[in-house]
Parts: sequence; structure tokens; C-alpha cells
Amino acid sequence: MRNLTTRRRMLRGMLGGAAVSVGLPFLDCFLNTNGTALASGAPLPVVFGSWFQNLGLNPGRWKPSAVGKGYQNNVELVVLDAYRERMNVISGTKYFLDGRPLETHVSGVQIATMGSIPAGVSSDPSLDTTIADVIGDKTRFKSVEISLSGGRQSLSRRKGGAINPSEPSPAALYARVFGPEFKDPNAAEFTPDTQVLARRSVLTAVADERRDIMKRVGAADRARLDEYFTAVRQIEQQLDLEMQKPAPLKDCSIPRAVPEAEVGRNVAAVERNNKLFAELLAHAVACGQTRVFNVNFGTQGLRTPGGVRDWHSLTHEEPIDPKLGYQRDVTWFINFATGTFARFLDTLDSYREGGGTVLDRTLILWQTDHGYARTHTMDDLPILTVGNAGGRIKTGMHLVATGDPSTRVGLTVQQAFGVALNSWGRLSNATSKPLTEMLA
Amino acid sequence: MQVKSRLRAPMWVWGAAAVVAVGGIAAAVMSMRTSEEPIASGPSVTRRLTAEQYQNIIQDVFGSDIDLGGRFEPDLRVDGLFAVGASHVSVTAAGMEQYDAMGRAVAGQVVDANHRDMLMPCKPASAEQPDEQCAQEFLGKVGRLLHRRPLTDQQLQAYVTAATQATQITKSFYDGVALSLSAMLSAPDFLFREEVVEPDPDHPGSYRLDAYSKASQLSFFLWNSAPDSKLLAAAEEGELHSKRGLARQVERMMGSPRLESGMRAFFEDQLRFDEFETLAKDSALFPKFSAQVADDAREQTLRTILDVVFTRDSDYREIFTTKKTFLTPELGSIYRVPIYNDGPNGSPDQWQPYEFAADDPQTGILTQIAFTALHSPAGRGSPTIRGKAVREIALCQKVPAPPGDVDFTQFELASASPTSTARERLGVHASVPSCAGCHKIMDPIGLALENFDGSGEFRTMEGNARIDPSGEIDGIKYEDANGLGNAIYRNPAAVSCIVDRLSARALGRTTSSGERGWLKDLKDDFADNGYRLSALMREIALSRALYSVSAPAREPAQQQVAAASSADR
Repeated sequence: MRNLTTRRRMLRGMLGGAAVSVGLPFLDCFLNTNGTALASGAPLPVVFGSWFQNLGLNPGRWKPSAVGKGYQNNVELVVLDAYRERMNVISGTKYFLDGRPLETHVSGVQIATMGSIPAGVSSDPSLDTTIADVIGDKTRFKSVEISLSGGRQSLSRRKGGAINPSEPSPAALYARVFGPEFKDPNAAEFTPDTQVLARRSVLTAVADERRDIMKRVGAADRARLDEYFTAVRQIEQQLDLEMQKPAPLKDCSIPRAVPEAEVGRNVAAVERNNKLFAELLAHAVACGQTRVFNVNFGTQGLRTPGGVRDWHSLTHEEPIDPKLGYQRDVTWFINFATGTFARFLDTLDSYREGGGTVLDRTLILWQTDHGYARTHTMDDLPILTVGNAGGRIKTGMHLVATGDPSTRVGLTVQQAFGVALNSWGRLSNATSKPLTEMLA
Repeated sequence: MQVKSRLRAPMWVWGAAAVVAVGGIAAAVMSMRTSEEPIASGPSVTRRLTAEQYQNIIQDVFGSDIDLGGRFEPDLRVDGLFAVGASHVSVTAAGMEQYDAMGRAVAGQVVDANHRDMLMPCKPASAEQPDEQCAQEFLGKVGRLLHRRPLTDQQLQAYVTAATQATQITKSFYDGVALSLSAMLSAPDFLFREEVVEPDPDHPGSYRLDAYSKASQLSFFLWNSAPDSKLLAAAEEGELHSKRGLARQVERMMGSPRLESGMRAFFEDQLRFDEFETLAKDSALFPKFSAQVADDAREQTLRTILDVVFTRDSDYREIFTTKKTFLTPELGSIYRVPIYNDGPNGSPDQWQPYEFAADDPQTGILTQIAFTALHSPAGRGSPTIRGKAVREIALCQKVPAPPGDVDFTQFELASASPTSTARERLGVHASVPSCAGCHKIMDPIGLALENFDGSGEFRTMEGNARIDPSGEIDGIKYEDANGLGNAIYRNPAAVSCIVDRLSARALGRTTSSGERGWLKDLKDDFADNGYRLSALMREIALSRALYSVSAPAREPAQQQVAAASSADR
């Protein structure tokens, strides 16, 4: 609350007709004239993305045979060949249950995202939120959650049982990011919106009274309300950003409006929405609106039109094709999912900014719930990272960490983004060993 | 989130004049064990409003034509209920953004030219200038309803200042007031149901909710909405702390049509109807199953239940056996019953009462689409999933999670044959010891529903094989779905289930061990009162257990602050 008085003074000044730009701290810096970097010489800010695909891959069909640099993708990851030098494949890691019952398709997600299986209702924060706390504060949206399956639940949750809602509709995401409240950073004129100024002043006026509730509730509820007040500060920061002229972003272009379309669980809807979402995210990143996104491919219930059984049911019920040696229809879905991920990367990589692309300053962490969904295995998990977050991560490697907790990857990624953590995870999933080979 | 068409008048326009006496309820003779024995109470809880409660309050306070224009953060289900999960959730940044947007959308409509004359008690001297007096009158009035207690002087002053400053910036009185109102709608005092605790003078050493928290406890339980003006007045006058005063308010509230909202909300929560949000059926396999069918199916089951427990005030357990329901033409196509839109006196009415024949397989809510289709995968039915849902939803029993390393080879061999039925395929479970333990408590229940395919449509054949709908639950064998309904009707767990969940809903938490005696009394009285839900709700509403809390575990300094701030009110 240190700068509250500054804002108050500024707002009073405004009421008296003083110039608006005076007194506001610049929360972001200007780009240099080329747009390749900030004027200070620092590179474009880094971006974190998570991609969660349920139901794993097929054993024997994804792990590269060679280790280290210069590996070749195995058949189920060949679709990502264009990114081979810009990604890492991590194999051999495990999810540890520590005697807790395996909640299939749930426990793995929890360990992958939070590093632990929650005891009771309250949980550890998911790693995207700890990263967003470091890199997401200077953008309008701290993070953007996307659901390709049509549900509202995201895998992004803050400590204390607050789950970020997911956006299942590209049209709604467009409205949220590029709707009337969007300020074009490259507009010549900047007039602060009086509604925004007024909203900010209202939040200031009621701030102290709102905090009174903290004196009245018990300790457990105080922790939950802390999350509430963190969320309120986020709104205040958002408004502060909207009150000042945004730093010009040479390569920011505003996408065309997205028409309302079916959110859904069939492959056609997922294919179409994936493309729309990826485009919107690329524009949102290039226009400085967010630096963290979470995509939940989810879709355990994904079906082809007319298919009797969904992907999830198939993993359990489809016999292994004796000629192929794997489940044919399940593998069709696996290929569809990794193909969808590849198209997502293509879209981010085709958005040019500075001397490179949006993907260049991004790191995407790809995880899944089970190594092999057919038997719900929790070991030899496929994990991918794509992109180098503006040079913070070394790529082009197949890393093997046999028997280690999967959380080593999560710890590495969080450290790369500057999260102050020496260890991450709980019980057997706790680790203090990042994959140092990956850290630049 | 579906918004039901309910006729609601803004609370302060009509006051609570529209109280309709519901025959049978007010006059009902009720036997009730005493709730005067000492009880070991559980802790107080702070609950986030559920999406439904938020909607209800906006409708109750501002009228039903106000659009929310936003979406809610997902609610969290704990111990089977969102009502319990509400005591565990907080607000995320993205969720706050939505509350903020909804608050502004609502406030904008409240002060717009269509509504301000009805909803605002005064007019400003000038529409372009601050008018503190008018802002104060409006914000104080609406603040009492939204915060569910009168605003303190400081709170009111903060909101008035906010409105004044916003008016100076926007040059519009109404915009300024709307922004202040929207801040109220995203205030913690609105979004969270905080419980203020005070020593109980009638039971020295014990603690109770203060009068306003009591009012909220009561109205969210019975109406799933905030207290109305009369209830707040009763709290202010101390009426709710007297047995007679409390009884008077409970009777009044039980007689209000809002009681139906409270019951409806409970069953939507208990039946996990939020799962409709992601329900999809394969249109190639189930061409009749449209989004409209899904909406109607959900409403059909709610109407069926409310007909039993509210309109007819009948034995709760009949929801598992009743032949009476309500259908639309879309539902008629799946149930193969012709339904026409003819209402009384020739006026069109989408919903028609319908009674299935005594020997029809349609019997109670477990055979309705909202159960059979909701608890099925997209392309087929599943006895296992349905059996699990019967255990969890109708009987409140927990089925353990499947083991990790399952070998599906046997199952796959069985499912490869085109002439097999689900019964044969699932028979494999019995041959694998690690599966048999749990599947024997799920599959036989669900097999009785095999006459209903993945979309809920009746069938006698699966592929080329005739379906055998016999089943078993807890040692009771039956021939078909009718038998299943009867078995659930007679299962004591169905009664415990509703008592446990309804009391957990009222308290916002699972009952503590010290409250077991209270639960037992509730169950016994429920039986004595013919399993009428209204009687159970009345007894919970009148229970001391609902308003007693264990000693607040607070630092002394904070206790003083709390006492001082409640004295302010």
C-alpha cells in the first residue's frame, strides 16, 4: 500500500484538473525504435505457457533413443520436428503417491501442476501462478486460462482453494482482451478513460473499509481473504496501467473480432478453437496484455463425430491391435493432440515481433497425467518444454532423469523465470535439484 | 449457468407483501424433539456466495430483469456439496475481474433510465453534480441489503465519498453512484458470508451468531438468498434471539414462494447438476438429444422433485418412485410420449404434467434423463458410472477410487464381441479380485438401468442381445428399474443422506462429532413427520445448533476489535 498516497494525490490532482500523466509511476518501459528490445537494452519480457494434455502417450513410441543433444524425435513426437532444436524432451521421471490412493487422472495432474497431492481441500499453488507472481504483474492480465474442452475449470490455482476460471470461448477471450477496454499501445493520442479514472478513485475510497473484514475473521479465513485482496490489487494495477499511455509496441497488431462458435468436445471444434485461441494469445502477448497463459487440452471426453467411445474410454477398452502393437484409435487421438499442440506452436511462431517471433521469448511446459493411460502408470512420464524464454533455457536435448520426481522439471522452469525457490514439491515429490543442463 | 424464470419483485419495491401461504405447510402439525440439550458446536465459517446466490440476491434486490453480464469462478464441491465448498474457496485475479465486470453491469442497469425511478428512492438536485444526500440515502438502503446488515457510519461514508469523487470525474451523478454500487458488489462483505460471533447470554460460556449473521444463516438456508428487509428488521429488534420471534420468522419464510428457490438450490447442488455444463452427447448416435433436451431434462427432474417435496409436501422418498412428472415436447420425443403445448384455457405452456402407468419402467428421478444421460459417457450408457452415482448422490456413500495399475486385458477381450451386453462385459470385473470389491457395489445397481441408453431413451436390446435389467443393492434383489426405485425408497441411507446433506448445506460445513445427537434427532423427527422435507427444513431452521458456534479462536486484541466493530452497528 506504499504508493497509495501517491495515487490519492494524483487522483485529487486530476479532480482539480491537473495533467493526467503527472505523478503516475511508469510501470513499464518504452521500447527502442526498432522494437527489438526495451529502450534500456533489455530484451522483450519473457512469457510462460503451460499445456496440459491428459491421457499420456504410448510407451515405446515417444522416447528418443539417443540422449542429450542431437536426438531424433520418436514417432509420436515427429510432428514437433520443426521445433526439435528449440525444445527439450524429458523422460524417466515419476509421480509419487506416498501411500495416498491413486485418483486416476487427478493425482498426476496435481503433482504435475502443484508438486503435491493436496491434503484436504486447500492446496499448494500451481506453478503457473508462482511464475505469474514474478512476471505477470505488469500486464493487464496476470494470466489467461484457456480450456479446449469446454469446461470452466482450469488447472491453475492459487494457494487457499481459489481456482482460476477457464475461458472456453474464443469469442469471449477476444472480448475480454481486445474489447472496448483495450488501449492500443500504438495509438498516437492517449486520453485516459474517465470511467477508468473513476473506478480507480472508487477503489481507493473504499480500500480501508474493505480491509476491516480482516480484523473480524479467524486465521484460516484471513488466509483466504488475503487471496481476495491480492485479486483486488490486481484490478487496481490493471486500472493503473489503463490510466497511463501504454509503451508503444511496434509489433502489436489488433486481431479481427472472433465470431461466437461452439465450444466443444469434438475434434473439429477443438481444431478450430485451438487456432483461434493461439492467434489471440500471440496478439495478446505482442500487445503487452499478458505474459502467462495456461492451456488445458483436457478433453478426456474428446470424441470423433459418431465415435461410440471417447478417448478416455478407449484407453481402457480398446484392445491392443495385434499387428500394430498399440491401441489404434487411442493412438489416433494421441496424434491428434500432439498435432494440435504443434499447430499451436506454429501460430505463436508465425507472429513476428522484434527480430524473432512470439515463441522466441516464450517457454511452454507440456505435461500429462499418466505415462500410459491404459494402465494408469505414474512413471516414465513424457514431459516437454518448448522455447527458451528469451535465452533462459537451453534446448535441443533429450534429458533422462530415471526415477526422479517429475517436479525437477517444474522446479527448473520456475527458477528460470526467477521464482525464489530452492526446492519444490512435497514428500517424495519434493526436489531441490533443478535440471541444471537446461538452465542457461 | 441457467437462470430460471422466476417472478421476483425487487425487495424494497413490494417489500415482502407477496407472501403466499402454501397450504399444508403452515398448518402442519410437527413433532419435534427438543434441541435444548447442550451441544458441542462446530466452528463458524466464512462462505463465498455461490453463483446461484449471487444471482438470487441481484434478482431479489433489484428485480429479475437485471442481466449479470459475466461468468462465475467455478464453485468447489466438498463432501458432495458446493454449499460446503463455499467455506473453502477464495477469489482469484481472473475471478475478481469477472465480479468487477458483473458489478458494473448490474450497477449500470440499476441507475439507467429504465430503472432508476423505481429502484432509487431520491433524485439528485442535478444529474451532473454530486448529491451526497441522495447518494447516501440510496447507498445506505441498498448497502443494508447487500451487506446483510446496516452499514457502519464509516462504511457508508466511504461509499458516499466514492460516489462523489466518481461523479466529479465522470460529470454524472448516476455514473458516480453506479461505480460506488459496483464497488459494494465486489466488496468482501458482499461476496463472503462472514459470521459474526458473540457470547450467548442464554448459555453462558457458549457462543452464538449475532442477530444479523443469524438472519443470513436462516435465509440462505431456506431461500438461498440474502435476508429481506423484514428479516433484517427482526434481527435489528433482537426478535431472532427469542424462540418465539425466530419461530415467527421461520413460519413467514416457509410460507414464502422463495422457499421453492431454497429447495431447488439444494437439489441442484446435491444432484450435481453443474455437470450439465459439460454434458454432450454424440449427435450421430443420439440425434434426438439436443441442448434443449438437456436443459429440459434438468428442469424435469427438479420439477418432479419439487412437486413431491414442495407442491404436494409429500414423503421425500417418493422422488425415487413417483410416476408423476412434467414433460415438454422435446422430452416427449425421448420418452416416446406425445406432448402438446396446450396449457389451461388454450394458452400455450411448454410444461405439461404427465403420469406414467404403474408398470412403466419410468419411475422416479433415477430413470429420468437427468440421471441416466448425465451419468453416462457421450456415446453409450455405463452401469458402473450410474451405479456409482446412485451410491454417491442418492445414498451419500463413497465409492473408493480404482486401483492404479489395472489390467484391462480380460475386459478388452469381452468387449471385442459385437453380441455382448454390458452385463457380460462387466461380469469380467467379478473375475478379477482387485476389481470385484468395488464393482460389486456399483455395477449391479446400474444394470437395472440398462433399459435406458446413453441419452436416457428406453430400449430392450443392446446390439443383438436382449437386455436383462435385474439388479441388486445391499442384498436386495430386484427385477428392473421399478424395483431399484423401491429399494432406494426403503434404504435407510437415503434418509440419512438427505438429513446429513441438508444440515451440512445449512451450516456450510460437514457436521462435527458433537453434533451427532442433533443429527439423530433430526432423522428420528424426519421419520415421525412422514419424511416431509418441509418439516425437516423447519426443524433445522429452528435448531439452536444452526446458530451456535464453538469459541472463536482469536487473539485477544482482535476479539476486542470485533466486539467494538459489532457495537458500532
